[in-house]
Amino acid sequence: MLEIKNLHVKLEDEDKQILKGLDLKVEAGKVHAIMGPNGSGKSTLSYVLSGRDGYEVTEGSATLDGEDLLELDPEERAALGVFLAFQYPVEIPGVGNMTFLRTAVNSQRKARGEEEMSAAEFLKMVRAKAKELKIDADMLKRPVNVGFSGGEKKRNEILQMAMLEPKMCILDETDSGLDVDAMKLVADGVNALRDEGRGFLVITHYQRLLDHIKPDVVHILANGRIVKTGGPELALEVENNGYAGILAEVA
Amino acid sequence: MALADVKQTATEARLAALTLPEGGCLETARHAALSRVQTMGLPGRRDEYWKYTRPDTLTAAEVSKATVFATDEEPMFNEFDRLRVVFVDGVFDPEASDDLSLEGVTIDRIADICGKDIHWAKDLYGVLEARGQNPVERPLAALNTAFAQDGVAIHVTGKPSKPINLVYVHSDEMSDAILHHVIRVESGAEVTILENGPAASRFNKCMEIDVADTGKLHLVRAQGRDHERRAATHMFARLGTESVFKSFTLTVNGVLTRNEAVIELLGDDAIAHIAGACVGDGDFHHDDTVFITHDAVNCESRQVFKKVLRNGATGVFQGKILVKEGAQKTDGYQISQSLLLDDDSQFLAKPELEIYADDVICSHGSTTGAIDEEALFYLRSRGVPTGEATDLLTLAFLAEAVDEVEDPEIAASIVARLEGWLSRRR
Ligand SMILES: Nc1ncnc2c1ncn2[C@@H]1O[C@H](COP(=O)(O)OP(=O)(O)O)[C@@H](O)[C@H]1O
Ligand SMILES: [Mg+2]
Repeated sequence: MLEIKNLHVKLEDEDKQILKGLDLKVEAGKVHAIMGPNGSGKSTLSYVLSGRDGYEVTEGSATLDGEDLLELDPEERAALGVFLAFQYPVEIPGVGNMTFLRTAVNSQRKARGEEEMSAAEFLKMVRAKAKELKIDADMLKRPVNVGFSGGEKKRNEILQMAMLEPKMCILDETDSGLDVDAMKLVADGVNALRDEGRGFLVITHYQRLLDHIKPDVVHILANGRIVKTGGPELALEVENNGYAGILAEVA
Repeated sequence: MALADVKQTATEARLAALTLPEGGCLETARHAALSRVQTMGLPGRRDEYWKYTRPDTLTAAEVSKATVFATDEEPMFNEFDRLRVVFVDGVFDPEASDDLSLEGVTIDRIADICGKDIHWAKDLYGVLEARGQNPVERPLAALNTAFAQDGVAIHVTGKPSKPINLVYVHSDEMSDAILHHVIRVESGAEVTILENGPAASRFNKCMEIDVADTGKLHLVRAQGRDHERRAATHMFARLGTESVFKSFTLTVNGVLTRNEAVIELLGDDAIAHIAGACVGDGDFHHDDTVFITHDAVNCESRQVFKKVLRNGATGVFQGKILVKEGAQKTDGYQISQSLLLDDDSQFLAKPELEIYADDVICSHGSTTGAIDEEALFYLRSRGVPTGEATDLLTLAFLAEAVDEVEDPEIAASIVARLEGWLSRRR
């Protein structure tokens, strides 16, 4: 599904290389986790995959089902099925959460040549999904993420993911700032979407989230490269011994 | 030639091109207004109050041509049941207007108030305008009082079942219209007045508004879309105890617009909200000049002005809150913001507070900004194309001003117009 080859990324405005030859392959139906120390380039990877400005790919490729992602605008990637749950979801004053969700869903449908979702159909779906994530009517009415707590913002990201039903879900530290209950809600939301046709890339700092979202593969990202790949036991190793041991071992 | 002479010559040239309606019960008021104009002189480029807006085309003896905007779109406010009072190039058109009788309100032409002996209107005509000349001169308003060709007196004594819609049709590309309306809202009465249309190639409009204790007036106007039209408008409002006056103005297009609002809160617990949203593209200059005086206890005033500017458009805001001695518990709020969609556009703002009471809350802010790139990326990452995402953020920017429109259906109608304007420019 998602295939990244020898990806080199630098900042556009600065002579700073962040990703330095990253290789990664996420198969449909699988959950891959990426762990790594702060500043290792995890968010950069997620932004480059979703098309944010400010980064320059100097080498390598990233494709989704064979389509070159790096050539596409963010909205085109989204329509193809790329979804990023932001580490820091953005507040948009003046745009209602519902309007935002409906515009997003229908924009993607339009881009794919599908029929737009009717108002009734949309409302029914959003209510059901919101309920599962314990998102109340008030949160749906309020402007996007404005005045939301950290946990509410993250749940709102998962709601968007549930509504958009993307092929490739990238979650950037969705667990940070969540208490145990909220973490459970988020994990349940993700697990509900697990499907043979869908791939997940779960970026996290801690093993905690991975107790709830069981990964198939765990990668360690350090200094812009995947330095070690293993099974779920790798996450436990990080939890117990930190990154120092692993980094020393691969150095 | 000395500056004063230049001004006098220009004023004389303009006055010579006009005819003062003679006779009738307003003659004294008109003559007094004329002498005010002669004393003040028409605005010139060097006047401090006209620092950001060039008045020459508004004061010139000759009107500049303005092509009549052709559109297949439904007229503004067409979806609402309303009483239409139609003016074509500044002249009342009884054929195009609805029957003016409606329970709770009496509407008469200014030309008829003498014959019908309508005291309140005679007593109001030119009075608030004259009061409003202090401490800042507004010569174009005095010119209006002196020379107004037409206009209506609206007396609101109850709660009319539908809004009154003043429709200003522009049909002659060289038209030069001067309209003067007087409005009195009696105690306990409430009305919505809608205004729309460009009115003329050059439009000078003055509205004097007297809201008695507990009266309520909602004013929503949409200035016409003709690109080359010019307008100088004034509203002078006097508010009694516990009265409410809310005004919202939508401006799309127009080469030059100067909208002045002069509001006096004279009774305790009165509320005045003055808001505006404008969107301009290219040859567009829009000036909101507001002066709010708090002269009673526990009054609230809000000024909310938002401007979206692109392709070299200019926005101006001059807003003042004056809190007089003894006007304790005043709650004054003023915000003026612009969203510049490119580097060629500009926003000039002069917010002012002058406070002579100690127990007041007054806040003001003015900002100029561009589209929030973070928000734009967030929307695009969810699949919303750049154009639509930009429009969504632009409408969000304007929302605080549009929210000042009390009636949600009218507000929705305004948002729809803004959406249309934005999407045509994607
Ligand atoms: N837009 C940016 N401007 C400046 N530095 C950046 C920017 N984006 C990322 N970086 C730097 O790149 C490195 C990797 O950052 P990031 O991808 O956020 O790491 P992680 O998510 O793994 O903590 C850090 O040193 C960070 O400071
Ligand atoms: Mg990060």
